Amino acid sequence: MPALISVLVQSAAFDPGAELNAFASGSAQAGAVAMFTGLVRDLNLGQQVQAMQLEHYPGMTEQALADIAAAAAARWSLIAARVIHRHGELLPGEPIVAVLCAAAHRGDAFAACECIMDRLKTEAPFWKREHTPAGARWVDARDSDERAARRWDAAAGQDDEHG
Amino acid sequence: MLTIRFFARLREETGSAERAVELPREGLTVAQLRGWLRGQDARLAAALDDGRAVRTALNRRMCNGDATVQDGDEVAFFPPVTGG
Repeated sequence: MPALISVLVQSAAFDPGAELNAFASGSAQAGAVAMFTGLVRDLNLGQQVQAMQLEHYPGMTEQALADIAAAAAARWSLIAARVIHRHGELLPGEPIVAVLCAAAHRGDAFAACECIMDRLKTEAPFWKREHTPAGARWVDARDSDERAARRWDAAAGQDDEHG
Repeated sequence: MLTIRFFARLREETGSAERAVELPREGLTVAQLRGWLRGQDARLAAALDDGRAVRTALNRRMCNGDATVQDGDEVAFFPPVTGG
């Protein structure tokens, strides 16, 4: 049975606990649910972050997230995957992103959750703008995020080699 | 017509989120379109300079410079993404 994939891109705040409960109760065959929650940091590059503005590409964003989730669901035989990502104005400490993966066993749920996050960081069209006491600044992409995403490409090659 | 879209820092630098242009010629690639746009005005020239990291999407999917553009397409230019 194909995995149930759902994607939410919204400006409204969300409650990670409520999302986890709803997701877990809707994944009856699962023996494992892994969830990652990303929060807006209050300090970045040595400066206090007062607020964050998150721009995205409506129409492309949802499709990119669905593609990433579907690829992970197929690779790790997920029962369900859900990605929630906010846009617009956010405050430090607020949840900005959540990835939930349900599988029969924990290994697949953990791996899929991490892969979805790593690919999201380099492939989903979001751009952060931080407001600091020194003014507003666009956040630059990090090479470490690119490397994190690429290691899943390498892992895919190993899977192929070892059948 | 082509729909050209800019996001984030590139939107600010080019002074526009979206513009419609006539397809300059058949068989144009995204990289060639980027070069053609640079010739249109000084702000585009600076924003789309070859020395800068610019990502591209064709019809709302990530693409590289080799992708071929056709009449009616939407081509987006933006900085490396920073979500999550």
